[in-house]
Amino acid sequence: MTRFRAVVAALAISVALILQVSLFPHFAWHGIVPNLCLLVVVAAALTINAPSAMLLGFAAGVALDLVPPADHVAGRWALALTVVAFLAARVRQDVKPTATAVIGTVAAASFVGTSIFALTGLLLGDSGSVPDLLLVIGVAVLWDVLLTPFVLPPLMRLFSSLDPQLATA
Amino acid sequence: MAGFGGGGATGGRERRWRGMDRLDSRNRPPRSLLVALVLASVTLITLDFHGGTDSPVEPARRVLGEAFGPVEAGTAAVIRPFTAVPSWFRTKGTLSDEIRDLEAENSDLKSQVATAGFDKNRLEEYDGLTQSAESLGRALVPARVVAYGSSQSFSNTVTIDAGSQAGIGPDMTVINNDGLVGRVLRVTRTTATVLLIIDQESNVGGRVGSSLEVGFVQGRGSVADDELDLRLVDDAVIPAKHDTVVTWGSAEGPYQRGVPVGRVTDVYSSLIESSQRAVIEPFVNFSALDVVGVMVPTGTTSDRAVIEADGAMR
Repeated sequence: MTRFRAVVAALAISVALILQVSLFPHFAWHGIVPNLCLLVVVAAALTINAPSAMLLGFAAGVALDLVPPADHVAGRWALALTVVAFLAARVRQDVKPTATAVIGTVAAASFVGTSIFALTGLLLGDSGSVPDLLLVIGVAVLWDVLLTPFVLPPLMRLFSSLDPQLATA
Repeated sequence: MAGFGGGGATGGRERRWRGMDRLDSRNRPPRSLLVALVLASVTLITLDFHGGTDSPVEPARRVLGEAFGPVEAGTAAVIRPFTAVPSWFRTKGTLSDEIRDLEAENSDLKSQVATAGFDKNRLEEYDGLTQSAESLGRALVPARVVAYGSSQSFSNTVTIDAGSQAGIGPDMTVINNDGLVGRVLRVTRTTATVLLIIDQESNVGGRVGSSLEVGFVQGRGSVADDELDLRLVDDAVIPAKHDTVVTWGSAEGPYQRGVPVGRVTDVYSSLIESSQRAVIEPFVNFSALDVVGVMVPTGTTSDRAVIEADGAMR
């Protein structure tokens, strides 16, 4: 069951990644696309147990860092998405996840994730100017929130149906 | 809290977001794992940052590229017919507008050609350029862009669907029918990653068309526009507006010589640095990249048709 769950999670990340680099650039605004991998990680963090969600976040980040055409210093998205998974799993304990709460979590996660990536870029001398940075973060949050109603419910249903804890309850 | 949630799990909405209401201490995200994963990320960053081109992360990039490359190419092939749909719905008005614009541009270019003052020296230089271009013996491997790096990653890279099997290697020049696109960073068997010249890591040796002054064309990495900066080696020379910039080229460097890069749109002089900075508008439209060509040595064996320097397909 656990292995099956890992395979499904890896598949979800792969599909999200492929759509993110091959499909969404055609609709992108100045190259800013919805971060589907981040949405998968948030959906997992809100559904499956926290350690698995954090491992999933790390794996999704490493994939974003390494799969072509990525060329930035590897590990930056891994760091960002690990923190995102941790925070989303924390929030989940305190807030009853209504649709509004989920959208709020996605907005916060998108803001934190993109910001961590941009800040590591500033530290490594590998990022754009600060106004550009803020523009990218703002538009990225908007994109992610716009896609949440279409992406999060099916993903959360998928993850919760895979959760063995649910089967025993 | 878990008990209340479990009791109320009969409503439709509760079922939709289910899994949420069964919260207990087992689900508290462990700080130890967070610390471990953050340390792993920082280790990865350190390894890749200090490794440069031969970093230990490079083999992993290659393996993932081999796996995802064909999938990206396949997805792009499926998507391509749908992304072409908007162009079917152009009205007669927009088409005639486009014809008008193109006619205006054509006559403008014709007058430029007719009135351009080609002095003897410049003509000789150009002759030299064309001769060396012929003697370089370059062929073009055609390829299509299948994946685009997002602006969130603050780097301008794309993946093309031709790799080492097509005869492509690192540092080869990538062009399209408008001008210089970029250079190949790394290849897998079926794909290659291309660094666009608008990336802020990109630095192209450029030469101003009218004065033949050499300089460096740098990408800005800016999100809102696709402009480039030109800094001339000789600070005393001021590049003229509308001058064309071509690549300077070197024997072992990544960029072949004589490829058009862009046009000078603005010139700023900095009194403090006592240098000139020109803004270059690239000829290539980077938001609509599709078919590109990779310059390979002539006679390269490839898995597809190669366009030779004389225009013949092989």
